[in-house]
Parts: sequence; structure tokens; C-alpha cells
Amino acid sequence: MIKTIEEKAALPNTLPRPQGEEEELLRIWETPKGWRWITAVNNTVVGLLYLGAAFAFFVLAGLLALVMRTQLAVPENDLVSQDLYNQIFTVHGTTMMFLFAVPAMEALGVLLLPQMLAARDLPFPRLSAFAVWAYIIGGSVFFSTVFYGLAPKGGWFMYPPLTLTAYSPGDNADFWLLGIGFIEISAIAGAIEIIVGILRTRPPGMSLDKLPIFGWSMLVFAGMIVVAFPAVILATMFLEIERSFGWPFFTASGGGDPLLWQHLFWFFGHPEVYIIFLPAAGLVSMIVPTMAHAPLIGYKLIVVALIATGFFSFGLWVHHMFATGIPALSLAFFSAASMAVAVPSGIQVFSWIATIASAKGGFQLNTPSLFVLGMLFIFTVGGLTGIMVAMVPFDWQAHDTHFIVAHLHYVLVGGMVFPLFATFYYWAPMVSTRMLSERLGKWLFWLMFIGFNVTFLHMHITGLIGMPHRVWTYSEASGWGPYNFISTVGAYILGAGVLIFIIDLIRNFRVGKCGVTNPWQAGTLEWLPTDVYSTRSIPHVTSREPLWEQPGLAEQVSAGEHYLPNAPTGARETIVTSAIEATPQYVIQMPGNGWAHVLAAVFTAACFLLLTIKVVAPALACAVLAIACCLAWVWELDKGSGKGPVAIGAGLKLPVYVTGPMGHGWWAMVILMLVAGALYFAYLFSYLYLWTVSPEVWPSAAQKLPALQWPAMSALLFVSSAAFFAVAKRTLPEPGKKHLLTPLLLLLGALSSVLAVCLEIWCYWQTGLRPTASSYEAMVYMDSILAGQLVFAMLIMALFVIARHFTGKLDRVRSATLENTNLLAYYTVAQALIGLLIIHGFPRMIL
Amino acid sequence: MKIVSHRFSILFLVMALLAMAGCAGEQSAFAGLGPVSSRITLLIWIMFTGAALITAFICVLMAISIAGPANWRHKLAREKVIVLGGIVFPVVTLTTLLFYGFLILKAGGKLIRAEDPVHIAVVGEQWWWRVIYRHDDGHTTESANELHIPVGRPIEIELSTADVIHSFWIPAYAGKVDMIPGRINTLHFMADKSGIVHGQCAEYCGGAHALMSFYAVAMAPFDYEAWLAKERADAKPALENKGEQLFLSSGCGGCHTVRGTRANGKIGPDLTHVGSRLSLGAGILPNAPEHFAQWISRHQKIKPDNLMPPFDFFSENELQALAAYLDGLE
Repeated sequence: MIKTIEEKAALPNTLPRPQGEEEELLRIWETPKGWRWITAVNNTVVGLLYLGAAFAFFVLAGLLALVMRTQLAVPENDLVSQDLYNQIFTVHGTTMMFLFAVPAMEALGVLLLPQMLAARDLPFPRLSAFAVWAYIIGGSVFFSTVFYGLAPKGGWFMYPPLTLTAYSPGDNADFWLLGIGFIEISAIAGAIEIIVGILRTRPPGMSLDKLPIFGWSMLVFAGMIVVAFPAVILATMFLEIERSFGWPFFTASGGGDPLLWQHLFWFFGHPEVYIIFLPAAGLVSMIVPTMAHAPLIGYKLIVVALIATGFFSFGLWVHHMFATGIPALSLAFFSAASMAVAVPSGIQVFSWIATIASAKGGFQLNTPSLFVLGMLFIFTVGGLTGIMVAMVPFDWQAHDTHFIVAHLHYVLVGGMVFPLFATFYYWAPMVSTRMLSERLGKWLFWLMFIGFNVTFLHMHITGLIGMPHRVWTYSEASGWGPYNFISTVGAYILGAGVLIFIIDLIRNFRVGKCGVTNPWQAGTLEWLPTDVYSTRSIPHVTSREPLWEQPGLAEQVSAGEHYLPNAPTGARETIVTSAIEATPQYVIQMPGNGWAHVLAAVFTAACFLLLTIKVVAPALACAVLAIACCLAWVWELDKGSGKGPVAIGAGLKLPVYVTGPMGHGWWAMVILMLVAGALYFAYLFSYLYLWTVSPEVWPSAAQKLPALQWPAMSALLFVSSAAFFAVAKRTLPEPGKKHLLTPLLLLLGALSSVLAVCLEIWCYWQTGLRPTASSYEAMVYMDSILAGQLVFAMLIMALFVIARHFTGKLDRVRSATLENTNLLAYYTVAQALIGLLIIHGFPRMIL
Repeated sequence: MKIVSHRFSILFLVMALLAMAGCAGEQSAFAGLGPVSSRITLLIWIMFTGAALITAFICVLMAISIAGPANWRHKLAREKVIVLGGIVFPVVTLTTLLFYGFLILKAGGKLIRAEDPVHIAVVGEQWWWRVIYRHDDGHTTESANELHIPVGRPIEIELSTADVIHSFWIPAYAGKVDMIPGRINTLHFMADKSGIVHGQCAEYCGGAHALMSFYAVAMAPFDYEAWLAKERADAKPALENKGEQLFLSSGCGGCHTVRGTRANGKIGPDLTHVGSRLSLGAGILPNAPEHFAQWISRHQKIKPDNLMPPFDFFSENELQALAAYLDGLE
């Protein structure tokens, strides 16, 4: 298909375009006015809101940093009390990591990716809007706790037992657990969106080897979130359950182990650093070629480096635990792995240097490129100190000191904040068609660069001369005074830089549009002329830098000569292409603005926060309302094939509805199952880990466990549940007809799983297992909880599908909703069966 | 470091040690006052030098890539540069460094297998240190917030915790090791010469984490034996009877032990020889009678959240008597 176009050198659509085509696009994609603006779902609106919120949290957490620096400016200072200081550093770290860094990168994904892929929107617009609202509400409440002394004070890493009720009474720690658990869920929602968006909504012809590096880095980023975040979600579940109900996951006397938390936390926490760094590196890989006006040297090496970083980063979490007394062999392994991860970073640094050197007519020095160069310096230092702490003996001295404070700020500020400011200056004209001020930008850069290094460079020494992390005061005799004073001065210089940026930002948005497009003469698609509907038509791409290699592309695209220059279904839509080659497959009918997802976010947040302050009944009411809103939102999806097929140009007639493995919903569901799988993997790790730590609380042989016929019965129920769902799909009626057997089978399917979980729990209780008695027993019940929550989702989904059947929205053709429900059912049954095997088999096996 | 004490023997010893160590209260990883830490100090300098050179090299490359002569820039703009600089160079240098690191670990292993180490147990408590000396005859002597060790002998410290995770760190002698509930970790090190150094809790342990430190005193073996024998003995009968009576009648003995008296509480630090220690409140105040009085009357101000109940009801005279009594427990 694509070949024929190239041979004819003809464009997919011809001119002139019919009258009113563009007006219809404008009407369909219009952003709602006034207060209805909050119902908007388009990626440009939602992405900007997301980025704005993340930046606001950056400023707030930065102000907390200034308070801390002021307190530490001189020895024995009493500006801030011990208790408040402990809250402030906890909130600073938590906010920067969870409310700023990850959301900012997701926001850039939401904002930039569809533009770079010339898609009209991401495939699940309401999902990203839901994630944003959930994050803004949850994040604001979490942050505000610092103003009324309710903020957590266990550090952003929240190590138990300090964070157990015995040492942290009150709701402070719960705010961290529930607030963060909730924000993680919104991060996962964003990650699913980003993966499906990158793999399925690329423009025709943009095969994976032409994907902009930012797309690659976001793909790895989102993949890492899918694997890493479930571990910390499980950890937060454990900790909250132990705090609320006393199940001893982390209490040594009950067979638990505080180090289990550290393993789970750092299995997430170390990849987290790369989750933050990789997208930023991707941004740099976009800016450098533009400023050099030459393609990136080593594109393929960089892609390999990004993927390698993703893999390596999961093999080095233990380097945060070198001082915990773990065996020498583990030390050696994790030390080597920690060093290996330096190689992919080296590849990227040298690729940028090579590309800068290849600049045609000299590398342009402006605000974005200054920030990139600043990043290169700071990140190099951060990487080198990272290698130092990977050396076990050195880490024994440096660990938990201000050396680490310096190191992590070099990595994160160099690896993420500087690229982010480069991004602000580079992509601002894409968003507002107006450039930020170069003059202020240079001031900002130098203030930030100097301020940052004055704060943190010598802080490496402050740590090595003995100043630990997380201390609110220090004695005059320690001799750390002058070091700290200089750091405080630097922090204020850095703060002044950020203030200048805020001024520049206000200047920018105060004035109307200026009509600047592609001011840097960049080569990628986000610099095509756009309006609310994104590009007028979706370009056919034949190179990595289409705007450089395909002359006249911008004009052709705006004239509507490429794909889908109109809205054939009369609503929001974009083209879905195949994952590797990007050949057009179907046109996706996307939902428009709406209230349901906003309310769902509000009620989800309310539910979590009410649970935090232990107001259970209203929390449950909110949970019910949240689920109802989600169902109302999902009800309008799965639109069926009524409006297709439609022509998109080049003689292509595409369906507007597909089911099965080609559908984007199916892809999202599969990724969600991967998330659930990662969560369960973390559970299996925890189960086996606790067994290695406290085998004495594991029953030998079969004592304490129900006789084998009971789990066999549960297993039978689970298997029949899957069978019911499978058969239900086969009984789907022809369009327009109804078939009572289908809802009956679905109901039976859901109910047998419910029954199986209930039976499991009942058996454990009958044999005298009590979750509060030991870590073993807690883990047994935990397995049922993990299965139970999936079964609950399955039940809701089954009822939802049944309702669709009775309203005539489910039949043999329009079956996407049922297919996704079946995926969930199969996964649930598989996990439950593995669970039964482990819970009943493992103790019998180890005898 | 000002050490105010009016007891000669201790004062004498302290002064002598101060003179020898040069910089008493040292809390720096650069000090390298023992074989374990000095190996790390060397490693620090090697890595600092290497890192500085590499950073400078990258900066030079950046400068050349932007403003260098065209033919230099042309040479830089090749994929080969990425392979050499980004793969070959780090693999070679990092492998070398890694093996050097293993050598250091291996050298540290010798001390672990050393015979006849000094056995001391330290228990981390919110926010102080319980120190237990294990004698060769199987008995133990409990003390607190100060560690005495002999010079030139391998030291083996058993580390555990009574509550949350703490981390035991004497930078001048060795890296830190965590104290984790349900586990006993061991730390091995040796002091090269006599002197007083400072240590601190490195793992955030809640509330007064910043105020949880201690002194470590390295002594010549003979002095150490003498000190240990004295530490092992019960408190001498008090010269200051009024203070002792107050101490006992106010319930101090419910938490603190003063061996040789009725006070046998196990919750707080052992005070049998508190007068001979360098500091009060776990490395917070220099040991002096007026600081005893300050600590008793306003310890929540000096060390917020510490778990000692408030004792703000003593009159000035009573405080003086108590302080004199405690200061006399040498």
C-alpha cells in the first residue's frame, strides 16, 4: 500500500478539500469554555494541566527545601522544630519523587507524544484526564498535611518499624501510604495510556525504527512503571494492613522482617530513578539534533541503551542496602550490576557529544541548549558519584550521609530538572506559539547552574566529614557550619533562578498567540502547524526527521492532503496503526469531554482520604460512587461498528471498530494484566523471602493447612469460572438479538470465582489460621486478598457486561467489552490457581 | 571540643588523649584512623581524582564539540566515539575499579577471621546507645553512649536494636552497619592509635535522630584493661547523700541502673559511671555538673521527644544535689 503511494509520489488525499471540513474538526475538538473546561479530555489541555500541577508541586517542594536549608544554615539553629523538620524532609522527598518527577514526565508524555506522532489524541483520553484529576486532588491533600502538622515523618522511604503504629501513632504515616498508593495508581493509568499510544497511534509509515527517541524513552519509561510500581503498591498494602490490623509482615517477633519493605521499596525505588531519568534523556536526544541541525548520531545505540537501562535498573536495588549486613556474595553481584548501568548512560552522553560535534553551521547556543550542556556536566558528576557509591566499601562510609544528598540531587536535577527546563524553553512555542524570553532564560540558566553547584558540589565533602542525612540540627563542634552555610546560599541562588522562570512563564501566557511555528527548525512532527484537532491531516512518514527529509510536508499536512483530513464518523477519532510497521488498521472512535471521569477521580480520592482518617462508612459510599462513575464513563465506550468503514485517503477504507488482539482496548487490558502479574510476582517474592527469613513460622508438612480436598474444590470452582466465561462468549447473539444464556453464564462465571475465594478464606479460618498470629498466616490471607480484589473487579465487569447485553449493546460483533472481561477472568483464574498451588503446595513440599 | 570535667583522673586521661589525637571528636571518613577506614580513605582519594579527571575530560570534549577546529569536530562526530567513550572506556575502568573494590572487601575479611577480638555489643535505642562489654569470663558490663576500645586489637561489635532501625557509624574507624530488628549484625575494625572520635546514628530513626551520637575512646591496651576493670565495678558509695536519696526517691531507679544501689531500671541508660563519661544525653552535652542539672530540668528542650519523663519539679537546690551526685558517679 505504502509502496504504491511512493511510486506514484501522490499524496493520500487530493485538493481542494470539501467545504466545512475544517470547521467540523474545530467543532468536534473544541475545548469547552468556562468552568466546563474541567470536563476537557484532549491531550493538549490535560497535558498542560498535568504539567502545570507537577510544576506547582516542584515549586512547593522547593520552598520546603529552602526552609530546610535555612534551618541548616548555621549550627544549633532553632528556626524549625525537630518535629516539623522531620515532616518537611519527608514531604519534600515524597513530593519531589511522587508528585513532581514522575507526573512531570507523564505529563510531557501526554502533552508531547500525540504531537510527535501526529495523532489527534492519546487512545484513552478520559483515562489520562482521570489520572490527572486523581493526582491533583490526592497530591494537594497530601501536600497540605504539612501545614497542619499531619504530614508523615518517616522519610520518603518510610522504613518500618519506624512507620508502624508502635513508633508512628496518629494518621501521619497513613497519609503517606494511602496518598502515595493512590498516586501510583494514576501513574500506572498514565503508563498504560502511553504504551498503547506509542505502539498503536503512530502515523502511517512511522515504523518503530523511525520513532523519535522521546517515544522510545517513554516506551521504556512506561514499561518500567508497569513492572516497578506494583512492588511499592504491594509494600504499601502490607504496611497499611499491618498498621490497621496488625498482620506482622514487618515485625520480627511475628516472623516478619523490616528488610522486606526495603527490598520491595527499592525494587521500585531504584528503577524509579531511571523512570525519571530516561524520558528526560529522551528529551535531550530530541533537542540536541535540532540545535545541531543534524540527525542524532547513534540512534540505534541509544535505543539499545534505553532498553538496557530499563533491564539493568531492576537488578541493582540492593545497592541501597549495602549497610544492612547482607552476605558478601550479594554485595559483589549488586555492586557489579550497579556499575554496569553506567554503560548505557555513557553511550547517551557520548552520542550527544558526537551529535553536537556534527552540527552543521555550529551548535546553536540558546536557553534550551545551555540547559542541555548544564545537564551534561551535572549528570556526569552525578553518574561518577553513582559509581562511587556502587563501590561497597565506599558506600559504607557515604551511605545515609549528605554525600548521598549531593549525589542524588546531581543525578535527579542533572538528569531530570535541567532537561525539564530545556524542555520548557524548547517546546513552549509548540504549546503557545510564542517563545519564552531568551534573555530571562539565560539569567535563569546561569542562576540555576551556579546556584545548584554552590549548593551541592561541596556537599559531597559535608557528608564524608560525617554529616548524616535527615538531621535537623548539628553541633558547632562538628565543623559542618561553613559547608552548610555555603549550601544555603547556593539554594537561594537556585531559588532565584526558578523565580525568574515563573516570571517568564507569566509573561508568556499573559500575551496572546504569536503564530510562531517551528522556531528552531526542528525535524519532528510536533512542529507541524496544529490547532485543537492537532494536525489538519495525519502525515505519511518516511523518515526519522520528516520535516527535514520530506520537503513541503507542513504545507501538505495543513492543506489536508494527508490521511484523515476530516471526521468521517462525526466525532473524535484518530488512526490506529500496527505496532511495528505502522500500517493503518482502523479508525478509533474516541470519547469526548465528560463529567464521569472527573467525578470518578473526585470520589476515588475522597474514598482514599476518608479511609486515611478512618471514616469508614462515608469512604465506602465514595467507593460505590467512584465505581458508578467509572461505569458511567465506560458505558459510552465500545461504540460498535455502526459508522464504518470510513475512507481516510489513498484509497484506504478502514473499519471504525475492531475486537480481539487488534483492538487498542485489548492491548490496554493485556498491559493491565501485566501490572497485576507484577504485583503478584512481588507477592510471591515476599512469600518466599519471609520463608527464608523465618522458616520457623511456616508450618511443616500439612499441619495448620486445610485438607487437600478443600483447595481442590476451590480450584475446580476457579476453572469452571473461566469455562463459563469462555462459553459465554460463544453464545453471543447476532446483532439486534438477545440470548438469555449469555448473561446466565456470565453470572455463573463470576459467582463461582466469588464462591472459590470465600471457600478459601473460610477453610483457613476453620483450621485456626489467624492473619495476626504470624507472617506466614498473614501471607496466606494476603493471597486471598489479592485474588479477592481481582474477583471483585471481575464481578463488577460481569454485571456491567450483562447490563450491556440487556440494553442491546453486546452481540457477536460488538463484543470488545466482553472480550476484555474474559481476559480479566482468565488472568484472575490463572493467578488464583498459582496461589492455591503455592499456599497448599509449598509448605507440604518443604516438609 | 571542650571537655569540662573536674575529676582529675578522667580529665588527665582525656587531656592526654586529646593531645595525642590532635583532633578529638573526629567524625570524618577522611581521618582513616584504623586499617579498615584508611583503606576506604585511599579509595575515596583514588575515585575523587578519577572522577575529577573524567569530568574535566567530558568538559573538554564538550568545548571541542561546540567550538573546536572543524577537523577535530569531524573526528568527534562518529559512532566510533560513542563505542569507545560510552562502552569500551567505562567497561575497562569500571571492571578495574570493581576488582579493586573486591580486594578491599577481601582485606576487610581478614579482620573478621582474626583471633581474640574484643567483644562488645551495642544496642540502638530511640535515641541512645546501650553498650555491653563482654568479658572473657562470660560476664558482661553494661554502659551507655560511649565506646571504649583498646588500640591495636581487632574489635568485634554486635549490633542490634531495641526498637526501630538505627545505623552505627564511627567514620574514623569504619563504615556504618545498620541495626535491624530481628537481626544481629557485626562490625569489625581496629584503631591504630589512641584518641577520641565521634560517632553518630546514620539511619533516620524518627524524632531525635539528629541528636543520637556518641564518643569512642581508643586507649592503650593497658589503660583499656584498667578502665574496663573500673567500669565493671559497682558505683562507690556516694559522697553526696542528699543527691542519692533524691535520685532513689524520685523514681529515677525505675529506668536507670546505678550498680551498688537500689536503682536497677533497665529502660534507660546505665548510670553507674555516668560521671566519668565525656558527654550527656548521647553525645549532646559535655559532661559537667551544670549540664546534669540542665538535662534533668529541661531535657525535652535540649533533646525533643526523648523518652525520659519530665522532671521539672525539682528546686534549684535539689537539682544541684542531684547533679553533684551524678557527676560523682565516676
